[in-house]
Amino acid sequence: MADTPLFKVTIDNITIEVPAGTSILEAARKIGGEVAPPAMCFYSKLKGSGGKCRTCLVEISKGSEKDPRPMPKLQASCRTTVMDGMEVKNITSPKVQDARAGVVEMLLINHPLDCPICDQAGECHLQDLSYEHGKSGTRYEFQRRTFKKHSLGDYIQLHMTRCILCYRCVFTADQLTESREHGILDRGDHAEIATMIEKNLKHDFIGNVIDVCPVGALTDRTFRFKNRVWFTKPVDAHRDCEKCCGEVQLWMRGDEVFRVTARKDEWGEVKEASNGKTGWICNECRFEKKHINDWVIEGPSEVNRHSVISQGHYVGRVKPKETVEEVMDGVKPRIFLQIHEVSEVNKPTVDLSLIQGPAHSNNFVTSNQ
Amino acid sequence: MQALTTRVKEVDRKPMNFWERIYLPAVVKGMAITFSHMFKKRPTVRYPEQKRPFSPVFRGLHVLNRDEEGRERCTACGLCAVACPAEAITMEAAERKDGEEGLYREEKYAARYEINMLRCIFCGLCEEACPKDAIYLTETFTPANFARKNFIYGKPDLLIPNPKTEEAAFAEAKGLNN
Repeated sequence: MADTPLFKVTIDNITIEVPAGTSILEAARKIGGEVAPPAMCFYSKLKGSGGKCRTCLVEISKGSEKDPRPMPKLQASCRTTVMDGMEVKNITSPKVQDARAGVVEMLLINHPLDCPICDQAGECHLQDLSYEHGKSGTRYEFQRRTFKKHSLGDYIQLHMTRCILCYRCVFTADQLTESREHGILDRGDHAEIATMIEKNLKHDFIGNVIDVCPVGALTDRTFRFKNRVWFTKPVDAHRDCEKCCGEVQLWMRGDEVFRVTARKDEWGEVKEASNGKTGWICNECRFEKKHINDWVIEGPSEVNRHSVISQGHYVGRVKPKETVEEVMDGVKPRIFLQIHEVSEVNKPTVDLSLIQGPAHSNNFVTSNQ
Repeated sequence: MQALTTRVKEVDRKPMNFWERIYLPAVVKGMAITFSHMFKKRPTVRYPEQKRPFSPVFRGLHVLNRDEEGRERCTACGLCAVACPAEAITMEAAERKDGEEGLYREEKYAARYEINMLRCIFCGLCEEACPKDAIYLTETFTPANFARKNFIYGKPDLLIPNPKTEEAAFAEAKGLNN
């Protein structure tokens, strides 16, 4: 695209040159950091996504070099393309901050806020968004919209109450698989993600709807309630897979593989594979390879230090040397309590990660508790 | 040199005189002080029979709460465990099955919940972190024991008695009897 002219755009007083046709959101992401507006529905790897959630609203204080009038209303940055000489205000505009707080309140109107139960907690974009931009209270005083939870096949759990109707999963199902089997039924307040006639989702790549879901509406049934994400350790791993790139992130605890997801970039989107292909992973890698021997471990993933997932992970930690043996002439320290002999939790002989679906009371009957 | 306080006493290194050398006056003086204490107010209580009231912010043994219908409040969200500076709390979660609605309040619950009382420092951060009002620190001391293994408290040790089925035990646990 040599003939695409470069446009100069200024976002929060930072000027950058981007090719024509780039959206403001993507230009802001090139600058990076705080300047990039949050996005709940836009997904750069899915064609046609964006324009639904309104969290990426920005103020355009100068339309372009030729027409310097400001735009009268806030614009959705994921759907507005840049113009030459455009000036955009995101974090520097109080109007945007105020509008974003309103959008968050709107998104949370029907959200059940059941984060203590939800498996997405800790990596949920709606959680981050409401912490950063939301208000602590709600003015909504009516009954919240409720749906019955149901399983889309053996692997995917749908909690419609948590859905913010971003349509990302619909685009994923549409663009990654040949036959689209799920979509949105009804309209307005009644709209819900559903499979027609309770059809199971069978396609090899349908598991990716879990990764694109910004909230906990679509979650992994093989990981359901097994552990909290911040107690598991993300590790980069790969395997030879005929169907997909095979490059994944394992969420481990000890030697147990609790969950397999695609690798994500700093915007929470699926990363490109190292060979330049798409990073989507297939259902076999995601749901069926829960053994450490299935994978070649590359090393711990990089986790943002401010994320709850990095709790207990210390970079560059030096453990002090055990000196008891040296001082005591080779006598090993006496251990008075082997915790696994007493504790019922995290027994080395029991692998919760290998149970198909969530654990139930019958999985715990062997214990004396 | 300027003294730091007004109560400084210079060490007297003079040789003792006769009365000091026979010690008797000093012994009598000491006995008088001891004797005078018999008429003072006693600062101690006779512990097992008599108990001092706890301060309202006292943090003792943990209890896992139930709601008014007797269902367990804990959903195994792990926030107590992540807040715990001593890493004393561990748990395993399970999904509530159909028919277990009377036992557990939410669709997910703690199938196992353990507090290692050897590690616990009774800071109360778990109580502060709990979003479901499930864990509380009570006005009870953790009982002493002879073996270390008895300090791993599981759910049977921590859970408050069911207010519906075990009313008497619940009332006692709540301290309503005394």
